[in-house]
Formats: sequence, C-alpha cells, structure tokens
Amino acid sequence: MKALDISGLTKTYKGGVQALKGVDLSVEEGDFFALLGPNGAGKSTTIGIVSSLVNQTAGSVTVCGYDLKNQKEKAKACIGLVPQEFNFNQFETVMQIVLNQAGYYGVPRHVAKQRAEKYLAQLDLWGKRHARARELSGGMKRRLMIARALMHEPRLLILDEPTAGVDIEIRRSMWKFLKEINEQGITIILTTHYLEEAEMLCRNIAIINKGIIVENTSMKSLLTKLSIETFILDINETGTAPVLKGFEYRMADSHTLEVDVEKKEGLNPVFTQLSEQGIQVMSMRNKSNRLEELFVRLVEEDSPAEEA
Amino acid sequence: MSQEKTADMTHDSEQQSWFKQNYIALQTIWIKECTRFLRIWVQTLVPPAITMSLYFIIFGNLIGERIGPMDGVSYMEFIVPGLIMMSVITNAYSNVSSSFFSAKFQRNIEELLISPVPTSVIILGYVGGGVARSLIIGVLVTLVSMFFVDVNIQHPVVVIVTLILTATLFATAGLINAVFAKTFDDISVVPTFVLTPLTYLGGVFYSLKLLPDIWQVVSQANPVVYMVNGFRFGFLGKSDVGIDISMILLVAFNALMYGIAYYLLKTGKGIRS
Repeated sequence: MKALDISGLTKTYKGGVQALKGVDLSVEEGDFFALLGPNGAGKSTTIGIVSSLVNQTAGSVTVCGYDLKNQKEKAKACIGLVPQEFNFNQFETVMQIVLNQAGYYGVPRHVAKQRAEKYLAQLDLWGKRHARARELSGGMKRRLMIARALMHEPRLLILDEPTAGVDIEIRRSMWKFLKEINEQGITIILTTHYLEEAEMLCRNIAIINKGIIVENTSMKSLLTKLSIETFILDINETGTAPVLKGFEYRMADSHTLEVDVEKKEGLNPVFTQLSEQGIQVMSMRNKSNRLEELFVRLVEEDSPAEEA
Repeated sequence: MSQEKTADMTHDSEQQSWFKQNYIALQTIWIKECTRFLRIWVQTLVPPAITMSLYFIIFGNLIGERIGPMDGVSYMEFIVPGLIMMSVITNAYSNVSSSFFSAKFQRNIEELLISPVPTSVIILGYVGGGVARSLIIGVLVTLVSMFFVDVNIQHPVVVIVTLILTATLFATAGLINAVFAKTFDDISVVPTFVLTPLTYLGGVFYSLKLLPDIWQVVSQANPVVYMVNGFRFGFLGKSDVGIDISMILLVAFNALMYGIAYYLLKTGKGIRS
C-alpha cells in the first residue's frame, strides 16, 4: 500500500502565486523518503496540504488509502507532523503538550501516559516533563515536536526540517531514533537542508523545484547519476605545483589540491601521477556531499532563465 | 517492512469508535481550556468579583439608596441579575477570543487543525471553556451579591437556562472574533466598542420603562436587553420583555453564531492558507 499518493496537486495562493503546478508523488508504506528542494520550491506547501494546514486548489491526496477530501478524518489520523517552526503552547508543560495531542486523536488518557513516558524517555525529555515548553533549549523543542507527533502512533510521519539548528550530537541521536521508528514500520517523509542527512537516512527521494517534481527515484539510482566528483587532497609541499594529465584540477592553496574525477576513471591514476612527482597525499575528502552536487545540478538544469 | 512489524503498529483511529474518539478529544480541549483560565485565576476569576463588588457598593449601596425602588424592588435587587449577566457576557467572550487567538498567534491551533477532531468538537471545546469560566464567575458574583442583598430566585430553571444560553452565545461570538483577528488589538475592539455599550445600554442599571418611547423601541434591537431581562425574570419574576421572546431569541442567536463559527472553521478562514 502507498502511504502517500499525490496526483496533479496544484496550489495558487491569494495574489496569484502558483506554489504547486501539478505535483505527482507517491511514497510506499515503510519507506524513508526525502523531499528536497530549494527555498520556495513548494515543499512546505505540499506538506501543508497533506497535513490539512493549507487548502489545495486542485488535485488529489490519498494517505494510507484514505482520500484527504472524502475520508478526511481517517486520513488525518494516519499522519504525524513535525513542522518546521515550533508550534506548541509555550506556557504548557512538556507532559501537557504530548497528552493533549494524544487526546485530540482519541487516545485514552492512561494509554497516552504510557506513550508519553515511552517517547519522552526515548527522546531524552522525560526529565523535562514538568518543564514549560518555553524553558526548553532549541534541540529539546525539536525533540518535543517529534514526541508529540508520535503520540497517536501514526503510520506516516512527516518531518519538515527536524534537525534545523540542532547540534551534531543531538542530530545524530535524532537520526538514530528516526531510523529505529522507521524499522518498526512507520513511513517517514523528511525535508531537510542537510543533504548528508537525506543521503544517510532515506531510501527514496524526490526533488521539487518551482512547484513541480523534477526527480523522483531511489537514492541509490540518483547517486549513480553523479558522473564526476570533486575531491580535495591535502598534499605535502614540495615547492613545485603538481601536474595531472587527463584531469581537471586546481590548487586551492600551496598544499590543497582539488581534482575532478570521473567515476569510471577512479582515483588510482591521480595517486600514481602524484607519487611519480614525489608528492604525498596526507588526507583526502569529498569537496561536497554527493547528493548536494546532484541537487544543485538538477535545480540549476531546471532554472536556465535564472542562469542567463 | 515485515508483516509482523506492520501488524505491531497501532493505529488509534481504527481502534476507537467515532463517538469515543471525539468524546476524548472534546474532553481534552475542554480540560485544556479550563486549566488555562484556572492557572491564571488571578487574572481571570478575581477581577470580575472585585469589579462587581465595587458596582454593588457604589451603585447598589451608596447611589441605589437615593434612587429608591425600581420595578417594585430595591435598586440593589434590581441590578443584581444585570451585573451577574454583564460579567458572564464579558468573560465568556474574552475567554474564548483571547484563548483561540493566542492559539492562532503561537500557532498551536495547528495541533488541532492537523488532527481528526471535527469542527463541531473544536467549537464545543473552546465554547465549553468560555462557558465554564463565565459560570464560575456568575456563581462568584452571585455569592458577592449575597453580602449586599438577600438573593431570592423565583424561577431557577429560567436562571440556569438563560445563563448557559447567554454564556454559550457570547463564547461563540468570541471565537468568531478570534478567527478574524490578526492582532491582539483586534480582539479588544469588539468588547470595547460593541459589547460594552450594548451591555450598559441593555437594561443592566435601569428599567426600559424609564426611557422615552423612541429609545424603548430602539433598545429592543439590542440583543443584550433580552438576556438581561430574561435573567432578571428568573430572579425577580419581573421583566421588561416577555420571557418567551427572550428564550426564542437566545436560541436563534446561538444557532446563528454556531453556524457562522462552523462555516469559518470548516473553510479555514483566518486559520488556513
């Protein structure tokens, strides 16, 4: 079954701004799915329509087999939403926020209390259960929104930039948690600006730009489309600049070499040539995330007018 | 994903009956609303009791003795129902308008909008909160009034029904105000420029019979007149307007306000893009 099936979705805001121009998208149940796009591409509008915060202009949305127009309540019950911005009552305690959320979905209070303990503990918030939301740090607030979204145990969890502004340690613990709940069967749709996050977590991906889906495929097949990668090599200073035949390369500074390498060529010829010139490679890394390179390329391909 | 894992997943909406699910949702909203005004009881419950005590002392005790009887009862007895009704109207309205607008402002209204809670349950939950606060204040003001006058209720059923219908009506009106409001100023405009004049000119402090004929006719266009007089009938057994007309209008206004609130929330006016 499809956790989410969107067909011909359009949205024109008052004032005539057309945010979505016919989005078609489907996400299989159990998937960990990335929805990426530059700012203003239509990600939040799409999520807003799916979660009933934005009225659609045309098209259809089906959530876990329920039509969002005709079976709205059943469709909504399947969704858990972690929005981009904090949207809880700042004066309520952590416990009140999660228990209220469970109540809105008809979860009996005794069950809600058990779930609150489970999810708040898993997200390291149990010790803060009596704290008011406004007293929490940014990372805690993000985790609270995840706990809140899980209180009715949704089949589809939508996370709109869940790790924005969160330090790397907490981000990694959130990744681990999201992987675990995905393995337990919850379908996850993620939007993020951290592309390594999408690459690490997601099995399938869609890229939206200017209100249309420009790419919708598996992460694996998307990454295979990347034919050239740029590597940064830290080399020892020999006094002479290295020369690499058959490669595009440039020196960022006296001991930092950037080389564009085609996937079919591999790195061995680079190391051989450098070795022949008496240059040692001390360390090496990708210039940018692989997905990032693809993302930029796809979005740029789709925006020729802006480039001109 | 394995079959076992899929089977393990709990899907609450499919396990609960429609009625039970919505009853829990309604209870949750109502308790949340009551918790809110009880948490800030110094701001929500105490001021009306103090204000009304001052009204009783100044208008009832000091000035009232010089005014003499009104409609065959002491002036103090005459104003008690009106003052209770005035505090009920004001608090029912302001409770829901400020709470709902605050939820819009902090965006936590989205918690409800994304959930499967039906529009009618959202309205009932918020209005129920406003009614609860105004009834508590109604009881408090009644208790305060007992320090100044012997309160005799002639028709208790009329008192209770009028009180609940009026509180419901103004709580729903407060909700409508909050839906349209874009700033905190917008939720104080209606109480200041509409509600207060209507209440003061609604026969709280005087009998309509004291007015010139033309103003008696004009006053009958003021819905608060019917609420105050219906309530006064319940207390004193006397009223400027018929109790049947008061009840019919209260029910009609409630139906109208509910219809407007339902339409606004259902279509997402002011709360959805």
